Amino acid sequence: MSLYYVQKLLYQLNRDPHTQQRYRDDFEGLLSDYELDGEEREAIRDGDIGLLYVMGVNGQILMHYSALIGQEWHEYIQSMKDGVKQHGPVRGGLYTLLEERDP
Amino acid sequence: MSLVFAGVCSHAPGITGRAKLADPALRDELYANYGRLRKRIEATEPDALIVVAAEHFANFFMNNMPAYCMGMAEQYEGPIEDEEWLAIKRRSIPGNPDLSQRLIRSVMEDTDLAYAEEWKFDHGIMVPLSFLTPRYDLPVIPVNINCQGPPLTPLHRAWRFGRALRRACDDQPERIALIGTGGLSHWPATPDSGVINEAWDHEFLDRFLNNRKDELLSYTDEETFRDAGQGGFEIRTFISVAGAAEGATGELLFYAPIPIFAVGCTVAVMNL
Repeated sequence: MSLYYVQKLLYQLNRDPHTQQRYRDDFEGLLSDYELDGEEREAIRDGDIGLLYVMGVNGQILMHYSALIGQEWHEYIQSMKDGVKQHGPVRGGLYTLLEERDP
Repeated sequence: MSLVFAGVCSHAPGITGRAKLADPALRDELYANYGRLRKRIEATEPDALIVVAAEHFANFFMNNMPAYCMGMAEQYEGPIEDEEWLAIKRRSIPGNPDLSQRLIRSVMEDTDLAYAEEWKFDHGIMVPLSFLTPRYDLPVIPVNINCQGPPLTPLHRAWRFGRALRRACDDQPERIALIGTGGLSHWPATPDSGVINEAWDHEFLDRFLNNRKDELLSYTDEETFRDAGQGGFEIRTFISVAGAAEGATGELLFYAPIPIFAVGCTVAVMNL
């Protein structure tokens, strides 16, 4: 689990035209630059917004990735809801803050 | 006195990007109030506009996250988001590096802050600018308060930062306007997007508009997260404006929860 690097890849993809070009032309090479585990690589390969949300990717990063892969707003929201149904509650990151502090 | 204006407004990307999905009457009333805010700013004839924003991983990431950062560039670019998604055309926005340097040096006497000579504006700055300086002819000085990646700066520091910013502005010959931009309660970009705690928003606005410092600074992050969502952390931008306007009260021009915009849309002016 390397949430930091999943988010870093998506952060750079969202903001950097060079990274976007590599996303199109050298996807596997781009993935190999980040310390990702198998599930994380698969989630990014599949554009699996629901699983990425459950992993703990911040929505401010995720919503731009959603737009990049062509999702409409309602599809983005629904993908996250479906992800929680399929994979269970959010595992890491900001959205677990309350549970961590007040179990 | 060279801080000639202080106010706050919302910046949610839906305000421009999902405009067509909103109730047209409510949306137009919000837009009209951004117009009132623009006229109030213009009436003070500012030489520059400081925008205290809460950006969203456009320039700053967890590899090196400043609690506070001020722009010091000749010009900026925005929006960083897809132009169609945000419904704002990409363009350059003028800065004022000389004024930035003077403000940064002055604020540093009180509060440590980072500076940046490169800055791509995200919706947190571009949505307000699209309404407030639609010709993009007023030099802008961006400020970011980290409201996204905890640990976050304590609220009392945000207040103190605002006060230091006020003193810095008052030491300059230029006429400077200040806008704080953030959301109140909201859960943006999550499955709970569209949920708004209207009662919490009204309570916060009552404290803000009456500039009751102790009550404004009494929220804990745990309480804010529980009652106002992770988006509620952006109250730091409002609190910095309250600090800059210490001793002054405010006037609410507009507040309405607009779920498709994912926030209680707010426009207010401090009576300096």
